[in-house]
Amino acid sequence: MKPLVPVSAGARVVLGAGFFVMFVALWALATYSGWVPPLFLASPGKTLLAGWSLLTEFGFAGDIAITVFRVVGGFLIAAAIGVPLGLMMGAFKPVEAFFEPFVSFARYLPASAFIPLLILWAGVGEAQKLSVIFIGSFFQIVIMVAVIAGATRMDLVEAAYTLGARSGGIVRRVIIPSAAPQVMETLRLVLGWAWTYVIVAELIGATSGIGHMIMDSQRLLDTGQMIFGIVVIGLIGLVTDFLFKALNRRLFPWAVL
Amino acid sequence: MSGKTLRIAGVTRTFAGQGRAKPTLALQPTDLTVAPGEFVAILGPSGCGKSTLLRIVAGLDTPTAGSVTLDGMTLAGPGPDRGMVFQSYTLFPWLTVAQNIRFGLQERGLPETEQHAIAEKFIARTGLKGFENHWPRQLSGGMQQRCALARALANDPEILLLDEPFGALDHQTRELMQELLLEIWEADRKTVLFVTHDIDEAIFLANRVVVMSARPGRIKAEVTVPLPHPRDWTMKTTPDFAALKARLMGEIREEVRKAAAA
Repeated sequence: MKPLVPVSAGARVVLGAGFFVMFVALWALATYSGWVPPLFLASPGKTLLAGWSLLTEFGFAGDIAITVFRVVGGFLIAAAIGVPLGLMMGAFKPVEAFFEPFVSFARYLPASAFIPLLILWAGVGEAQKLSVIFIGSFFQIVIMVAVIAGATRMDLVEAAYTLGARSGGIVRRVIIPSAAPQVMETLRLVLGWAWTYVIVAELIGATSGIGHMIMDSQRLLDTGQMIFGIVVIGLIGLVTDFLFKALNRRLFPWAVL
Repeated sequence: MSGKTLRIAGVTRTFAGQGRAKPTLALQPTDLTVAPGEFVAILGPSGCGKSTLLRIVAGLDTPTAGSVTLDGMTLAGPGPDRGMVFQSYTLFPWLTVAQNIRFGLQERGLPETEQHAIAEKFIARTGLKGFENHWPRQLSGGMQQRCALARALANDPEILLLDEPFGALDHQTRELMQELLLEIWEADRKTVLFVTHDIDEAIFLANRVVVMSARPGRIKAEVTVPLPHPRDWTMKTTPDFAALKARLMGEIREEVRKAAAA
């Protein structure tokens, strides 16, 4: 192995899949050999069976759907407000000076700590779940987008000025398009974090969703169901990540090599 | 071709010091008049303030004192009447070659058909035919600068400001670019202000070479270049060219030595 030498596409797939195989093999070894008792960790086979019964008998697909709705809903609301605000902060320094100190403070407030308050304010319905996701994502999006927009290449801005652009044109035709690919990368990252908030929100005061199912399974000591729930979240994350990357390649052909 | 007269009067630039550092004087009071259709090269060692002067004319920097006027109208801030090509590659990476060239035309709100006609004309004149739909990252440095030149020219500015536009290119490409620029100038006679530290480039292109001193910059000499047009590369080996070069080298060497000692 030499540092920084690229790996071929085939080898990449083999290596990536190899780790998954190794991971499952170790898991199987630990459980089937009786080394870890089933009370603590279900075997891969039992996990799949638990998953099958969850999907066929207990309507787990509905739980998945409601959780996806919460994540995507809260995330989209946060992005719809956070991205424009971040762009304005990056572009206009007085706007940044006004919002930045508060946003920097607010982004360290743990979204999960708001759950008891939010239950008080919004009950245990969807508004409360969406609020948790919103609080967890919004401030992160704002601050990261502001940094991206603020780092727009000055020589491109100057070139646009000499071509007759004014403030509005600079924002619309230079700052936004130049920031767009990185903004999308940021959204991909934040969507990943949103998944951790939704599960926390569903562990407390929820009657549906993947997190609620995991909580219920704990009462029954069904580690198979719990692990299946966690794996489903991982798979959904993997799929959205893949879709996001594919979308970025399509939207920004100029940015990729 | 008729045009407007650029007048730089007493333009001075002082940069504020960082913290307790003393402010630095980058440009001493400078006067320069550029007549319509003239090609003026500003020649000077690195850091002499020649780029600062050009940026002030472009409106991208503000003079500490003095004024820049175009036919008596004071210039404040940048505008499409002064097109600029930078030393760094400043094509918009998210726009194709043709879209880059149309940027200023779109900003002006020209009808789409007119935009395309103008863009096509300058794509042809800068030899970019066949590359209209390429992204900037797919172009060589020379092609990117040709596109940047086309983008500035498409806007039909009163004055073309060129800040060492070929400085990052290899020697052979640079010579080809000089010939291309000369060809365009000979056809249009657009007013050009060209900043460079390359003596050959200054003589080959300009009607008048303004030599700047080491920092703090001021104009220390002006040399008219009486070489006839149209010019081509063979001119660089003529005795007249050599004589001009010898004279300018003398002026510049002194300044480079001063700059190195400072």
